[in-house]
Amino acid sequence: MTINWNLYDPQGGYDELIGAPGTARAPATHLTDWLRSLSDEEIRLRKLNAELAIIDKGVTFTVYSDGENIDRAWPFDIIPRVLPLSEWQWVEAGLKQRLKALNRFIDDLYHDQRVLTDGVVPRELIADSKGFRQECVGIHPAHGVWAHVCGSDLVRDADGTLYVLEDNLRVPSGVSYMIENREVTKRVLPELFENVTILPVDDYPERLLAMLQSISPARGPRHQVSVLTPGIYNSAYFEHAFLARSMGAQLVEGADLVVGKDDTVYMKTIQGLTRVDVIYRRVDDLFLDPEVFNPASVLGVRGLMRAWRQGKVALANAPGCGVADDKVIYSYVPDIIRYYLAEEPLLPNVPTYRCLEAADREYVLDNLPTLVVKPANESGGYGMLVGPQSTARERHEFARLLKANPRNYIAQPALKLSTAPTLCDGALEPRHLDLRPFILQGRDTYVTAGGLTRVAMRKGSLVVNSSQGGGSKDTWVVDSEYA
Amino acid sequence: MLSRVAERIYWLARYLERAENTARLVSTYHFLLLDLPKGAQVGWRALPVITGGQTQFAERYARADERNTLRFLLADAANPGSLANSVAWARENCRTSREELPGEAWEQINELHLFVTERVASALARGGRFEFLSGVIRRCQQLTGLLHGVMSRGHAYDFIELGRHLERADMSSRVIDIGTQGHPLSDRPRDEAVQLDVHVWTSILKALTAYQMYRKDLRIAVNDTDVAAYLLHDGNFPRSVRHCLNEIESSLGNLPLHRDMLRRVRSASHVLDQIKPAELGAAGLHQGLDGLQIGICAIHEGIRETWFRG
Repeated sequence: MTINWNLYDPQGGYDELIGAPGTARAPATHLTDWLRSLSDEEIRLRKLNAELAIIDKGVTFTVYSDGENIDRAWPFDIIPRVLPLSEWQWVEAGLKQRLKALNRFIDDLYHDQRVLTDGVVPRELIADSKGFRQECVGIHPAHGVWAHVCGSDLVRDADGTLYVLEDNLRVPSGVSYMIENREVTKRVLPELFENVTILPVDDYPERLLAMLQSISPARGPRHQVSVLTPGIYNSAYFEHAFLARSMGAQLVEGADLVVGKDDTVYMKTIQGLTRVDVIYRRVDDLFLDPEVFNPASVLGVRGLMRAWRQGKVALANAPGCGVADDKVIYSYVPDIIRYYLAEEPLLPNVPTYRCLEAADREYVLDNLPTLVVKPANESGGYGMLVGPQSTARERHEFARLLKANPRNYIAQPALKLSTAPTLCDGALEPRHLDLRPFILQGRDTYVTAGGLTRVAMRKGSLVVNSSQGGGSKDTWVVDSEYA
Repeated sequence: MLSRVAERIYWLARYLERAENTARLVSTYHFLLLDLPKGAQVGWRALPVITGGQTQFAERYARADERNTLRFLLADAANPGSLANSVAWARENCRTSREELPGEAWEQINELHLFVTERVASALARGGRFEFLSGVIRRCQQLTGLLHGVMSRGHAYDFIELGRHLERADMSSRVIDIGTQGHPLSDRPRDEAVQLDVHVWTSILKALTAYQMYRKDLRIAVNDTDVAAYLLHDGNFPRSVRHCLNEIESSLGNLPLHRDMLRRVRSASHVLDQIKPAELGAAGLHQGLDGLQIGICAIHEGIRETWFRG
């Protein structure tokens, strides 16, 4: 038996591959036709090959559970998710616009705070912000850029609109899995690449390196770039190593670095101490420098902030950029874009209720069963209330939390996330997904072609985080002109 | 190159070499066992001694029989030098220094690790032993070949070479020492064991994969002094102690701050020069090998102090 697309039922939602029962969307027709030509046995074999490739390549993520760190094989579904190039070009422009505006916003916050004076964003939001760092006031990072690497989560609602759900500005991860997903797809479905023009994604490390070099304080063509990792027990260590390796950069831990009396950062090498120009840090702000932030941190480097403030070393992302990675600030991004760029936002936000504002708060409290409530500063899907799937008791608890600390919560309507066909026990079933493209800004801006698609593998589930049982798919931006 | 990374790469190479050497050693014993007449007692206890684990072995096992010895050498998680641990540590060191190593090395070492974890139990019984051990040897060689074939000849490669040759020199000198133990392969009285001498030295050659090269290069019969001299001094044979020390010296020369290290290697070389099997009895040879071991340890200590302290 082979796949019968007529039996595939997107259940009234928007499906990324199948428009109407039995009919594929234009850029996906080649894919769906080809899948139909495979026997069940053949599909099972390809899936098995993908699993083996992932184990062989050692593509893992680490979960902390039962007091132990467990390295798990990266969960991957072999059926790609397809986006048309025409749509993607619009998204790409929208993401660049967004990050440019956010960087202008952060730079303003640490200097004149015009945006607050002009009343575009309320001043008290910044005063209470967990991400605002007094230590960063008055500093001028190269090109006025603070958030150099951004991972924005996009979701599509039932009517087909793509929304920005959040902007991850602190230490967004996932890009290595985007690249590995493509590698695995090329191994197990090579036939598909013959007849479809799929934009490549493997130039990311090159672009990342160019961005990091563009913010280096050193003159001349050679810059010592390093990736600062919290170490092998960090859940994203695989990615830190992957990026360092593919950029030819040094992967360093805090203990490998030392700040000299000249406020310059050095690494301990077999030659002795060597100067470091740029640090792509994957360590959270508060652990970066025990001299300034958490004094107990062993992940950071004593004196690093001193070196950065004096422009002796570049840090990406800059400390303090997390001020814009806040779900309340998020709700102001469309205004921020209009304010700094005098442009209309190209990508819409998900409608957001700010619990800080009385009217919004009343609405949220009255409509908890239909809303998703999120804390302003959490990531990884933790600390949320998903209204439609909640119990009365959970809603009661959230109402209490929300009234106690309204600044810390926002609420959004529960979207019906789009789906794509996913292999579940040998059959194709619709599963909900999102998309995380990665945006770089240094001297120039760059957006990955597509991004990391995350899938909720459980039927009906909307939670896509890999730490909570999510999977992933290769993401194709397909140029149909040349299909 | 970071000191921390240099140290991990060095140990990666040592553990990989150790895993291969352990597999060869066990394999040689296994075949020797099949050759011996029925009823002959094979002295398995020599194996933990050669690998320097006799104390741990005695603490954990009551009997030095085939099954216990093999479990200890191959599978035992509590023996830091077991083959399974060597491979696990090689993998861990590779995992934490991946940015310096070719991506394929990580894939292959993962595959080796999986192979060992899944199959090591099968080697405890005689039936699956050969397949397991030759599988390990083949995979280790594949990795060595990969590193040789695709890594630029920079400092990372120098540390790989250092680790491999130091471990190999260490193991070769330990294996030669089997021949000085009198009757290591038999629990029989000395006079009967004498007749096993040829077997002993042939096994020593085989454990270091030197049998064929010895025959080809020297064209003489297997006897104690010639075998020992060949394995110690023949610089053309890649598992001889002389060859390993030469390679160590040349790798050191590529690294910064190597002056004191060269002194240490030359002093170990000098000790090696003084070991002349034809002029020494078993006791003298054993003493000489002890001195050589001390020299090898001193090289390791020097490497640690010079490059890994940061």
